[in-house]
Amino acid sequence: MTGVLTDSALHALLALLLPAFSFLVLAIIAPFRRLGRPAAWFSTTCAAAAFVAAVIAWIHGAEQVARVVWPWLPSGGVTIADVGVLLDAQSSVMLCLVTLVSFLVQFYSLGYLHDEPAPALGRYYAYQSLFAFSMIGLALSPNLLQLFMCWELVGLCSYLLIGYWYQRPSAARAAVKAFWITKAGDVGLLIGIVMLWRLTGTFDLQQLRMMATSAAIPVAGLSIITFAIYMGAMGKSAQFPFHVWLPDAMEGPTPVSALIHAATMVTAGVYLLVRTDWLFALTPNVLAIVAWIGAFTALLAAVLACVQDDIKRVLAYSTVSQLGYMMTAIGAGVAAAGFLHLLTHGLFKALLFLGAGAVIHAVGSNDLPRMGGLARKMPQTALLFVVGTLSLAGIPLFGGFLSKEEILGAVWMGGLPGPFAVLMLVAFLTAFYMFRVVFLAFFGVPAPVVGVAQVHAGHGVGRVVSDPASTAPRVAHAHLHNEAVVEGAHVHEAPHAHEPPATMLLPLWVLALMTMAVGVYTTFGGAATAGFFVGGEHAAAGAEQALPPGWLTPAAVGAGLAGILLAWLTYQTRTISATSLAAAFGPIRFAAIRKFWIDDLFEAIYGFLLLGFARIVGWIDRYIVDGVLNLLSDWTVQAGDELRGIQTGKPQDYVYGVATGVLVLVLLMRLVF
Amino acid sequence: MGLQPYLLLSATVFSIGLFGVMTRRNTIGILLGIELMMNAVNINLVAFSRYTAAVSGMIFTVFTICITVTEAALGLAIVILLFRVRRTVMADHLDLLKG
Repeated sequence: MTGVLTDSALHALLALLLPAFSFLVLAIIAPFRRLGRPAAWFSTTCAAAAFVAAVIAWIHGAEQVARVVWPWLPSGGVTIADVGVLLDAQSSVMLCLVTLVSFLVQFYSLGYLHDEPAPALGRYYAYQSLFAFSMIGLALSPNLLQLFMCWELVGLCSYLLIGYWYQRPSAARAAVKAFWITKAGDVGLLIGIVMLWRLTGTFDLQQLRMMATSAAIPVAGLSIITFAIYMGAMGKSAQFPFHVWLPDAMEGPTPVSALIHAATMVTAGVYLLVRTDWLFALTPNVLAIVAWIGAFTALLAAVLACVQDDIKRVLAYSTVSQLGYMMTAIGAGVAAAGFLHLLTHGLFKALLFLGAGAVIHAVGSNDLPRMGGLARKMPQTALLFVVGTLSLAGIPLFGGFLSKEEILGAVWMGGLPGPFAVLMLVAFLTAFYMFRVVFLAFFGVPAPVVGVAQVHAGHGVGRVVSDPASTAPRVAHAHLHNEAVVEGAHVHEAPHAHEPPATMLLPLWVLALMTMAVGVYTTFGGAATAGFFVGGEHAAAGAEQALPPGWLTPAAVGAGLAGILLAWLTYQTRTISATSLAAAFGPIRFAAIRKFWIDDLFEAIYGFLLLGFARIVGWIDRYIVDGVLNLLSDWTVQAGDELRGIQTGKPQDYVYGVATGVLVLVLLMRLVF
Repeated sequence: MGLQPYLLLSATVFSIGLFGVMTRRNTIGILLGIELMMNAVNINLVAFSRYTAAVSGMIFTVFTICITVTEAALGLAIVILLFRVRRTVMADHLDLLKG
């Protein structure tokens, strides 16, 4: 072991190992896991303890960097890579976020998944513990190799949890899709890490940072490395064109979506770039790519979110969009702003997802047209959901305000007017589509079920209702039944909707209060307070830069308010008819409903290129490789058939053979030698 | 007397034995042929033993004779069994190993 085992390092280790302990207990002691609820409580307790340890580590370790490592890959007396924890300003905050959301989600799941069979529940909590361990290991990892290992582990957990209801073909497909698409990026990441090692001879983040800041890394050829690392981040953080897996990942239980596909795992890509921003600073051309792809992803996902009728899919596209925001900030060279948004987004997006889970739990459906007027039946949930939404819209006093301002300021000051304009538009769209959800779900009246006949490409079979009078109730019933199987929740018609149980409400309150606390603190404290969350050195670096222009904050807030206003006019007062609004954006809407054909493009690539290539390879294998072998074996059999005639079975013929052979040998001896 | 006449005798006896083995249809005849070939070998051994004044050839011959006797006894037993099972001892009828 190297490094001093300080208080903070000890607690960070504790936070890392508690979920691992919980996972091992649940994985190995199968009878305990199959008990279900005791296993769930055990895992939740471990997560809570991990959170407490993480907070202590953060409080103790905010000032100094703590690093405790053990040799991992010894090779000829030299250790190639270590394994352990590196606790600095960024990783300690990330540790707190991960353990907090992880604990709240596990607690929430106690209520949300109460109808699950006991063995399945135990399995769920085993996966949750493994995920918490992997994600904490990723956040705390002192070198790129351990980071990559944990990176793959969280990918595995994501796969397992998306496919939690593996009996449903769509969930199994979504799990495989998520796994393969993120894997495509992971290959890039691995190549990048190994190439970087070839170049510098180390995996260690601190050493690499020292080399990068002292210009000891040759810049020639570094662009390929940083781009390869960015590939990994693209896959994990769902950047265009790898964003297609994230909406499908909503097939998992809603708490899983909150934890993995909104608050923590999908931000791993952003976190990776934040951890290596000194490396990316050496390659401005790659940073420009990061910024443009980020802005484009943000816009694309925001447009897609506007036409979704599935509440979870709206949130999923919103996550993709916000990840684009973070990436753009990193591309603009201000990773701290992206990291700040990562943290606030982690809080309020978890809140939104868990709130959506409460709604789905109550209504028994994901479909927005089936909801409406829920604010009267579940006022607390509505209130908390609105808090999350305002946060996401970047309204002052709420959590997302400062981080969004910081990003917009960073992008403007980074000399990227193009992405800046895109992000302003996205800010408007974000407010619009989120308040569309709020007004459709919590206010107004439930729309007639005919509205369900929307196109749900990629979300199972399209439900088309031709004659509302006769078939609508039946379809609605079938739909309800389906969703009940989907979410394992109570089957309730909307009129019977009620507040969720305390196990589900409590996490919502905690997240909402934290979002508000962060929002109020940062709104009044301004940019300087960001250092409290992302570490002093970054705040200091930010202070040196010129301040963004004064019109920026009003403009950004104005864009958000305009979006809210448009949603209010369209979906609440219905001054603007939703259909005429849709007609105004006809072609875009048409394209967006079909997801801009990106999924189709992937299908086509898969169908034509990959399968075509596979067919050619299969043909070669079947007829050329196998053909040669078959021909040889046929010849052998035939030759054997021809030659069997000389085996007469009569003893004396063999004696003739032996005698003739001896004679030949003797003659040969005489004549040749 | 030199070595050569002994070797000639031995070769002649061996050839007669081999001819018998190859041409006799009766299994007992084949066994007799094998005996002749064995004895040709014995003559060879003894002759060389005298010629090189090494006793080992003689001792070998004694062993060979013993073994030949055993082999003849076994061979005859097999032939008798064969006759019981197949009702024939003609070699060209025993072609179970035909391919």
